[in-house]
Amino acid sequence: MDKLERNYTRFAFILLLFSLVLGVITAFSFIFHEHVKDYLPLQQLRPMHVSAALFWIISGASLNIFLHNQKDKTIPKNALSIRNVSIVLWQISIVVIFIHYIFKQFGGREYWEFPGWISLLLLLCWIGFCSYYFLFWKNEPNKRPQYIIMWGTGMLFFLITFIEQNLWQITWFRESFLQEVTIQWKANGSMVGAWNQMIYGTSLYLMVQISGKKEIAFDKKSIVFYFLGFTNLLFNWGHHIYNLPTNNWMRHVAYAISMTEWILLINIIQGFKKTLSETLRFKQLISYRFLIASEFWVFLNLILALFMSIPAINRYTHGTHVTVAHAMGTTIGINSMILLGSFAYLLKIDNIQMKQKKLFHAGFIIIQVSLVIFWLSLIAAGVFSAYEQTHLGIKTYASIIPSVVTSLYVFATAGLFMLIGFAIIIPYFFKGISKSK
Amino acid sequence: MVKITWISLVASFVVYTVFINVLCHNKTPTPLTKEINQGWEIWQNKNCQACHQLYGLGGYMGPDLTNSTSKVDVAYIKAVIKSGTSRMPNFNLSNKEIEKVVAFLKWVDKSGHSAVDFKNVHWTGTYIID
Repeated sequence: MDKLERNYTRFAFILLLFSLVLGVITAFSFIFHEHVKDYLPLQQLRPMHVSAALFWIISGASLNIFLHNQKDKTIPKNALSIRNVSIVLWQISIVVIFIHYIFKQFGGREYWEFPGWISLLLLLCWIGFCSYYFLFWKNEPNKRPQYIIMWGTGMLFFLITFIEQNLWQITWFRESFLQEVTIQWKANGSMVGAWNQMIYGTSLYLMVQISGKKEIAFDKKSIVFYFLGFTNLLFNWGHHIYNLPTNNWMRHVAYAISMTEWILLINIIQGFKKTLSETLRFKQLISYRFLIASEFWVFLNLILALFMSIPAINRYTHGTHVTVAHAMGTTIGINSMILLGSFAYLLKIDNIQMKQKKLFHAGFIIIQVSLVIFWLSLIAAGVFSAYEQTHLGIKTYASIIPSVVTSLYVFATAGLFMLIGFAIIIPYFFKGISKSK
Repeated sequence: MVKITWISLVASFVVYTVFINVLCHNKTPTPLTKEINQGWEIWQNKNCQACHQLYGLGGYMGPDLTNSTSKVDVAYIKAVIKSGTSRMPNFNLSNKEIEKVVAFLKWVDKSGHSAVDFKNVHWTGTYIID
């Protein structure tokens, strides 16, 4: 790693820490909002937490692609300059976003709640990242491993969906509210698919490196599942807008596409035995433990996503904490676990002393257990509010709060424990960054 | 074969995107006026979506406001925006700005209903929204 890459890695981990600390504060502020609304308003805390989490994932995903991809390869000089300028500008843009949040200057759409002009800076940076990556792509032999294709797909479609997500800045796209919301959620839903391609590509790359089996990245099954994931990236965003009174055919398409995810679920169940035997072989590896944790979370979140994708069930879960459970389970359980596994591999965390390894393992267990409780309590809060709102027809929000408050206490406390778990393991990554000269 | 499949999927994505942009409505939308647009900007600049939902999309601190103007007295909505509540801060908006936010909420309200009626749930599990 060069100095710039080390600093970018530190920056990504600071974003992770920020998102965790802000997440815990936001959770408690949500419960005690009457007392803290003037000092810790949710309209300020929520975008700070969400942006920190999003940029941790996107920065981490891009960083992992750069670091894994350039291994044992000569980097074209012009490509390196483009990448370095983009990395610096990317970090400055994120800092500018947080300065705007601190001064309560908002302006964007859901999840991207900063003034629109900053999106232009982020777009320029991403074009720079893509230029760098696709210069490598050109030098690859004809038969590319699947992870190279996944990284390329993710990078390209992040660019496309980011542009689409910002189309609201052109008046024509705002002339109809339904059209605007539909496009917003189409872009956001596909964007998640795009960064999943980047992160799952990294996961596949790690599997190849750990097991030493290069053929995993070339077999037919991985190509079939790549196309299944790609189809879902392109078309499976419809569950976000089931409740919008759009044309009915859109809902039918979304419903049909989302049901293809059952194939993924069946494949995971069929692969359990193989996963178990591999776990026994590599369980001593910290990076592998993160990958196994991510597979467990893929399984749980896929079940939840499948149920949420059935409109008749979505009618209850839409706009409740079940959606938050799905988002948190995916970003923490899947995305962050794969990224941490990859960073553990890159930064050689496995080389730490046995005593430190035990402490690291304790932190890892705390994260997993608290995440399960955190996830279940959000689902419980969602189910209670869904029952009251949709089944009983209670529309006054204040009447719903008492029934969900216990679940929210459990959720916030579990979040605090999760922060403790992360606080135990993150210093090892910072030490690893300093040592990786 | 892989290349052809990839190109076909991307081509369908492009066609589908154009279709959605042009044909997503099930009724003619109400035109966007300058006042509504300004109200939308205030909604955005004050980050109201962090706590409120429109069509179930947004934060969970406050109620979904999609059909607020047809269900609640507009004078009450204006009073809440003006002074805040025990859970909502006072944003110190002028009367003119409040009028614009209300114009935006009325425009959203006219676009449709946020809750799907049970009778609209089809036996296949999907909805048929009129």
